[in-house]
Amino acid sequence: MNANASLIPKLVALAIVACVPLSGESFYIEIVGKVLVMAIFAMSLDLLVGFTGLVSFGHAAYFGIAAYAVAILSPEYEAASLWYVLPASVGLSALAAFVIGLFVLRTKGIYFIMVTLAFAQMAYFIFHDTPLGGGSDGKYLNNKPSASIFGWEPFDLTNEVHMFYFVLAVLVLVYLFLARVLQSPFGRVLVGIKSNEHRMQSLGYLTFRYKLGAFTLAGALGGLAGFLYAVLFGFVTPELLSWHESGNVLLMVILGGMGNLAGAIAGAFAFEAMREIFADITKYWQLLMGGVIVAVVLFLPGGLAGVPGRIKRALQGGEAK
Amino acid sequence: MDFASFLIQTLNSLQYGLLLFLVASGLTLVFGIMGIINLAHGSFYMIGAYLAFVLTSATGSLVLAIVLGIPLALAFGAFLEWALFSHLYKRDHLEQVLLTYGLILIFEQLRSLLVGDDVHGVAIPAFLDASIQLTEVMSYPVYRLAISVICIVLAVALYYVIQRTRLGMMIRAGNDDRGMVEALGININMIYRVVFALGVALAALAGMLAAPISSVFPNMGSHVLIISFVIVVIGGIGSVWGALVAALIVGFADTFGKVLVPELSGIVVYVVMAVVLLWRPEGILKKG
Repeated sequence: MNANASLIPKLVALAIVACVPLSGESFYIEIVGKVLVMAIFAMSLDLLVGFTGLVSFGHAAYFGIAAYAVAILSPEYEAASLWYVLPASVGLSALAAFVIGLFVLRTKGIYFIMVTLAFAQMAYFIFHDTPLGGGSDGKYLNNKPSASIFGWEPFDLTNEVHMFYFVLAVLVLVYLFLARVLQSPFGRVLVGIKSNEHRMQSLGYLTFRYKLGAFTLAGALGGLAGFLYAVLFGFVTPELLSWHESGNVLLMVILGGMGNLAGAIAGAFAFEAMREIFADITKYWQLLMGGVIVAVVLFLPGGLAGVPGRIKRALQGGEAK
Repeated sequence: MDFASFLIQTLNSLQYGLLLFLVASGLTLVFGIMGIINLAHGSFYMIGAYLAFVLTSATGSLVLAIVLGIPLALAFGAFLEWALFSHLYKRDHLEQVLLTYGLILIFEQLRSLLVGDDVHGVAIPAFLDASIQLTEVMSYPVYRLAISVICIVLAVALYYVIQRTRLGMMIRAGNDDRGMVEALGININMIYRVVFALGVALAALAGMLAAPISSVFPNMGSHVLIISFVIVVIGGIGSVWGALVAALIVGFADTFGKVLVPELSGIVVYVVMAVVLLWRPEGILKKG
């Protein structure tokens, strides 16, 4: 793979997205902002599903925990400092992922899928049923965190354009960070675990620790996305932790082709676009969405990302004859 | 807690646990024998409940609705296995998750199209619509007792079929070693179809029985699905008896959790699961 060759389309895509606020339309700025947040979320899950081979079906928990953390940690009538609530929220998600990881990583396969789902559901009920979360109505974040450092304010998150670029910058940083992590010895071990965990164990790696590290890191980055979501929209509901969210983000990763960070971003765009388009055509959009999903599994193993390869193979096959 | 309310909660726990067993037994068999993770299993419960509502409205009797509903559910299960699930056996779990997740969206939307999004009640059959007086103020509804009795009868019947019949022998063999069963010349695909249809019918029956108590409402399957997952995890994948024990544990934990620690009631069941996982990561009764 030539890294430079694939760099140009990525930069072009980045430049196009960066131009969105120039439209001046709040609607587009908000909706693309949301997609960017979901793209960060999808990349964090891809670290588990695509690179480590851990199919987590409860990733929305970490998204939701950090989102609730901002709303709960922020004072009611004034803005909290970004430099305090951001690390605190992400830290809480990481902590939750670490503790849950200690349990769920003892299991494998179907068990792992079900147990991650069950723990996410537990987190859902904690925010839904206890006074902590404000019930099924959720909680408002009345004042967006302030970025001020000793009176100097580098950017203002209440400004929608500033917020948009803040999210975009975080996305780029997360991408670069994960790309770097995957090149590191740690990332190499994760990929090794995906292809054959027993082999990694016989090579002397304590795979449990690596998996726990990956699970915690994915939880933290999922939390980062949840934090941005809460700040972007100014309210949180228990639905952020629901298993439908976990399912949706899994779909994004699969649509984009697993084990491909840029793919996860593309998957998030494809998923949200599909949802918007189907919702435009009919209020029964779930039917179309469900139909597309079933058809993709039955007729396109490998997801949308496998389509170019299939066409290529079909063409080459034709030439060979 | 005085004795009468303790008795009522115990009976409620049993009834809830046994009802969950109907859903979870099908789920665990499909996991164990076919190696398929089926997120749409909760939808079968939802479909059963709506079948009970629609058929009871049409015929005027829940008993008649159940008699008509079970063959429908069996046929629906066999059809789904033939049309969709039979293509999933050799795929990885992720694709199974994806397809069955898509099915949930389709089933819920079809439910919304055909019956609407309102909450509906289903009448208890007249001959069961009574209660047993326990003390001057407390009584226990006969219908809930009837559910427990039906579930116990079904559990015994299931035990008989699995342990004592030729079909059950083939199911157990399929649970242990798929390849060997095929090599012996047994039509494994037929067994898959039977087991899947049976699982769908059991889940649908649970929904039909529960309809008068819980009423029927959108997304009613998703909670049951996740609780059934917890039961399968606690009981051990593929173990029907593990599912029975786990379903009763969950029934008691949930019911008494609601009485003793109402604020944390949603969480109690998951705490039980976490403890079991620490103690036995493969479930109480491992597959076999």
